[in-house]
Amino acid sequence: MKILVCITHVPDTVSKITFSDNNTRLNPAGIQFIIGPYDDYALARAVEIKEANGAQVTVLNVGKADTEPTIRKALAIGADDAVRIDVEPQDAFQVARLIADYVKANPFDLVLMGRESIDYNGGLVHGLVGELLGWPSVSPVMKLDLNGTTATMAKEVEGGKEYVELTLPFVAGCQEPIAEWKIPNMRGIMSARTKPLQVLADTGAALSSEVTSFDLPPAKSAVKIIPSDAAEQLINLLHTEAKVI
Amino acid sequence: MKTLVFVEFEAGKVKKSALEAICFGRQIAAGPVAVVAAAPAGTDFAPLGAYGVDQVLHIADPGFDMPEAQPLATALAQAASQLGADAILLPKTSLTDATAPRLAAKLGAAVASNVMAIVDATPGNFTVKRSVFTGKAFAQTRLAGGKVVLTIKKNSIDVAEGNASAVSVETFAPSIPASDHAVKRISVEKATGQVLLPDAEIVVSGGRGMKGPENWGLIQDLADALGAATGCSKPVSDMDWRPHHEHVGQTGIKVSPNLYIAVGISGAIQHVAGINSSKVIVAINKDPEAPIFKVADYGIVGDAFEVLPKLTAAVKNLN
Ligand SMILES: Cc1cc2nc3c(=O)[nH]c(=O)nc-3n(C[C@H](O)[C@H](O)[C@H](O)COP(=O)(O)OP(=O)(O)OC[C@H]3O[C@@H](n4cnc5c(N)ncnc54)[C@H](O)[C@@H]3O)c2cc1C
Repeated sequence: MKILVCITHVPDTVSKITFSDNNTRLNPAGIQFIIGPYDDYALARAVEIKEANGAQVTVLNVGKADTEPTIRKALAIGADDAVRIDVEPQDAFQVARLIADYVKANPFDLVLMGRESIDYNGGLVHGLVGELLGWPSVSPVMKLDLNGTTATMAKEVEGGKEYVELTLPFVAGCQEPIAEWKIPNMRGIMSARTKPLQVLADTGAALSSEVTSFDLPPAKSAVKIIPSDAAEQLINLLHTEAKVI
Repeated sequence: MKTLVFVEFEAGKVKKSALEAICFGRQIAAGPVAVVAAAPAGTDFAPLGAYGVDQVLHIADPGFDMPEAQPLATALAQAASQLGADAILLPKTSLTDATAPRLAAKLGAAVASNVMAIVDATPGNFTVKRSVFTGKAFAQTRLAGGKVVLTIKKNSIDVAEGNASAVSVETFAPSIPASDHAVKRISVEKATGQVLLPDAEIVVSGGRGMKGPENWGLIQDLADALGAATGCSKPVSDMDWRPHHEHVGQTGIKVSPNLYIAVGISGAIQHVAGINSSKVIVAINKDPEAPIFKVADYGIVGDAFEVLPKLTAAVKNLN
């Protein structure tokens, strides 16, 4: 059983986001980069499957050399080997084409990734990869159990969940509580240094979109505090001033 | 461009998010908008005419009641080619999140999700504004090529009527290959009779400050009085005080209601990421230093257990 886990390299969730180059690029100064939290769930589930049933877990990242510490962390968590496709990711279609081309050349039984990245929040790559490979894709997956080549999954739907069944191969976009995030231990960190990390060249995947500029939301005005002994005033303000009730 | 909008109905009425997508559609092409709808036989589509809809492709097949992404993508691709549509708009839901990319790949269209505004609808320079970095920033994104697929973020536009049009309805029977039915539904667990969080205009949300699941009646009472949905912070769903589909934030549901009331929630950056496109935010917290007050429009510094019943009573008085 071969599992591919696609990970993003994104700003930590507590990061303050600013932009440079005339608001066309994320300013990386002072930002700690992490494995995308949703991708981290996908990785944790892949490692659990490997521990329970045996599997080869490969992590893939589309990114430049600065993402390698993030990839090493995924190896420390329990992936067996890694692939970095040496391209600056700019567009979901571009990333999906690169992943799909890789999977066509290197067969896998299962492709897992996060439901979305927390930078572009596209949430498109799993569906694009599925369609490009002609495989089913399911997202957002909260539970994934394998029994031979049959998977039972729970995915989130508005106001609840839906249980589905399908057979390998397929693509899944993952979210909690599919697994608990894994924290690498010392042994994992040591062994990650020597696990194979293959770097592949750009195959010239076309972009179908580009960000022309970023901007930040306007600063919020100060909060209006209502005394707690006159709580009912809040309801009047929401009715007459904010007009939201 | 010719615009096609995917429209969902609920209890015989068109969903508000669908009307929002139709309003976006009118910004793309001056002419009327076509829609494709999966709805029970006998659904009345005439009211859509007021919003500038002239054509309906009606999928009456009950198999499309609650479709999976693959057959829906195939159906929408066939509808788009039948009508010659080159801009396909879907309200953003967990279903359309999974459908839009497959549809785009089938059509060879550029795709953008989480769209909040159409900046430029000129083909070749088609540009949208998207919410990125989980609501911490926006990105103007230019889409290449002649065809686009967009998912529309909820509550990004005020619904307004358009040039009224007569509505012609045509039954549409897409041909779905067996391979599209690879994902087989076993069962569905859905909260019933409640306002659904992603659709809600008002959300009352509780955090760890509520102390335990046994106190959620106070949250529910205020939500019921307001006709609101209930939400919660991540630790609350992690501890199983509340179901996962109520978890709001960076790693949960992103909401954009008119009013978000955060009760006993500290306002961690990951929670705020899921609520910062709400129109009005109210914070109720006993700690005046809680970061939630930095993002709130209105606040009460006080004990939730005393404040909530007063608010519920005041709402009932209002009604
Ligand atoms: C990668 C990552 C992703 C995350 N994603 C999310 C996410 O999606 N959503 C999310 O919510 N969190 C998320 N978190 C967790 C987040 O950092 C916070 O831990 C969490 O939001 C805190 O929840 P809380 O506000 O309910 O609890 P606390 O931070 O414990 O706050 C409780 C608040 O209640 C107040 N309080 C206590 N008693 C009362 C009372 N009687 N009356 C009124 N107020 C009272 C306190 O003053 C306090 O401000 C994430 C964390 C990480 C690391």
